[in-house]
Amino acid sequence: MGIPNEAARRHLRYCITIALLLILLVGLFLLNIGLGSVTVAIGDIGKILLGQGENLTDHDIIWKIRLPRMMAGILLGGALALSGFLLQTYFNNPIAGPYVLGISSGAKLVVALVMVIALGRYYTVSSAVLISAAFVGAMITMGFVLLVARVVQRSSMLIVSGVMIGYICSAITDFIITFADETSIVNLHNWSNGTFSATSWEDVRVMAVVVVITSFIVFLMSKPISAYQFGESYAQNMGVNIRLFRVLLVLLSSVLCAGVTAFAGPISFVGIAVPHLVKSLLGTAKPLIVIPACFCGGAIFCLGCDLIARTAFAPLELSISSVTAVFGAPVVIGMMLRKKERA
Amino acid sequence: MEYFFRTSRLTVGYNGKPLIKDIEIRLQKGQILTLIGPNGSGKSTILKSITKYLKSICGTVYIDNRSIDDMNDRDMSYQVSVVLTERLRTELMTCEDIVATGRYPYTGMLGILSRRDKVQVRKAMELVNAWELKERDFTQISDGQRQRILLARAICQEPQIIVLDEPTSFLDIRFKLELLGILATMAKEHGITVIMSLHELEMAQKVSDLVMCVKGETITHFGSPREIFQKELIGELYELVNGSYNPLFGSFEMERPKGDAKVFVIAGGGTGVAQYRVLQKKRIPFVAGILHENDVDYQIASDLASEVVVEKGFQRIGENTYQKALQRLKSCDTVINCLTSYGEMNEKNKELLETASAQGLNILETADAL
Repeated sequence: MGIPNEAARRHLRYCITIALLLILLVGLFLLNIGLGSVTVAIGDIGKILLGQGENLTDHDIIWKIRLPRMMAGILLGGALALSGFLLQTYFNNPIAGPYVLGISSGAKLVVALVMVIALGRYYTVSSAVLISAAFVGAMITMGFVLLVARVVQRSSMLIVSGVMIGYICSAITDFIITFADETSIVNLHNWSNGTFSATSWEDVRVMAVVVVITSFIVFLMSKPISAYQFGESYAQNMGVNIRLFRVLLVLLSSVLCAGVTAFAGPISFVGIAVPHLVKSLLGTAKPLIVIPACFCGGAIFCLGCDLIARTAFAPLELSISSVTAVFGAPVVIGMMLRKKERA
Repeated sequence: MEYFFRTSRLTVGYNGKPLIKDIEIRLQKGQILTLIGPNGSGKSTILKSITKYLKSICGTVYIDNRSIDDMNDRDMSYQVSVVLTERLRTELMTCEDIVATGRYPYTGMLGILSRRDKVQVRKAMELVNAWELKERDFTQISDGQRQRILLARAICQEPQIIVLDEPTSFLDIRFKLELLGILATMAKEHGITVIMSLHELEMAQKVSDLVMCVKGETITHFGSPREIFQKELIGELYELVNGSYNPLFGSFEMERPKGDAKVFVIAGGGTGVAQYRVLQKKRIPFVAGILHENDVDYQIASDLASEVVVEKGFQRIGENTYQKALQRLKSCDTVINCLTSYGEMNEKNKELLETASAQGLNILETADAL
């Protein structure tokens, strides 16, 4: 086992994994475009995407409904996975994530509040306002979780309190929705369970700006993240400004989570399951490679789940969160069982 | 005199509460300083403060005449690297990956290792004899291997100072020796200053250039191992009541048996040590004699025996000493004779044995039967 062989073997594994993820992403992309209540043949997809389609209905279905929805799946899925990865790093806890820590629900609560108030008066709410509201909600719950983390040392208690916060926020959100105006209820109800449907290109533009910029910053931070993975005192000894780094980590994960919640509502388990799966596939936890792979993995996971949500019981549509839970929860359970085995 | 590392009126503690006051350390480049003292005396607190992990309450730490308060985290990382007691949390990391994190201050924005970085990683791993571990998962190696990897990590950071918090705990003796040997080499050949805490006093005595005794509120002593490793000083530092410290061997003996001694052990030249220990374990008080001051038996007997009848080194056993031994012998009922041959210096011991025999005392060769 020489060095070049071993290093080459590892590189090969990275390359294969990334290639696999990309192939899956493209495959799901095509499936998502083609499948649905109206099936579009592969050959037509190409034509329509290139703007040469003759069938106007298909053209509209793809360009106005499926494409923006898919873009949302890709961007928000990636954002969720990254947000989970950051929170896991921050709390040094493999099952931390925006959903279990209640951050998604906190964001949802404030967004619901803003929506109900705004829709009652102006009929529409701009995406920027929604994201800001979600960010405020995420930061408030994050602040609460951080307080709890300072008091309780056990990481299991942190998760329990996060779940509790999540329930409280969801309950209040339900309460708000129950007493909201008739017209807004339908929208809110769908949204508060998590869905990618009814995404407009305008929404996609806003989320692309937020998610792409934030994710890029996260990628640039992969070096301090790698140091932080060892624990604070070692990271500091490597020259990381711990205080600044922690603040950045909290802000970035909150922005990512807020972006997702503002557009798609709370989506469960992606944040925990994807980073774990990606790390196992890559055989490493190096942020430099895990961060892009995580984004890719999150996108795949959400595209796949959304496809199932749309098509499994068509024309009925499932909430995306139910589907991600079905696939994500077993991963988390398996992960904990394996942890136990090793300990 | 110029010191590479010094502290001036350094006071350390947690949350603004001072724990240890007025710490004055003076170190030259390439010296090894060891902090000793009882558990919870604040050794780790001092180490954390001089690495800037803990904010010191007042006073200053100077490295190469620069105050560490004026250095940012990055500057510090070029000066000081650490090996801590806290368990390094890792996930899917090979040993080589771990060591490579020592290159962190030198790599670019994305932390990609250059050719030079890789060379340094390899050098550091070879220095601690751990190159063959490079592909192993860090969580699946032994404590001794883990400690070597962490040391390699600290070395490959190319610091001026390495700070280690109890680096030898949990290691078996071979790894202890190996680790301290590496540190000594680093200090003497590469001019790296080493500051560490140790629980193993016998090791501290052998590896350190300077020793600092930490206890409670203050530094009780700071000096060379020869000054520090004194029977009384160590006894006080650790509040030894049920045992004692032997500075010559750097070792500890258990508490001496109490009570009226009824056993007389005749020994010399190292023949008695084993019997003294057997008697100690059986809690039987005994008198040791007639020993010379320069005899190894005397070193142990003075810690374990109720009384030692002793003659000056290099001198024939005199009549006075013999009479004293005889007096004491007569109040005993058992004699353990460890000697099989007698020389000019100690032929009185033979006389002693014959007297005991004539008096009808119980004469044994070992203490096993008691």
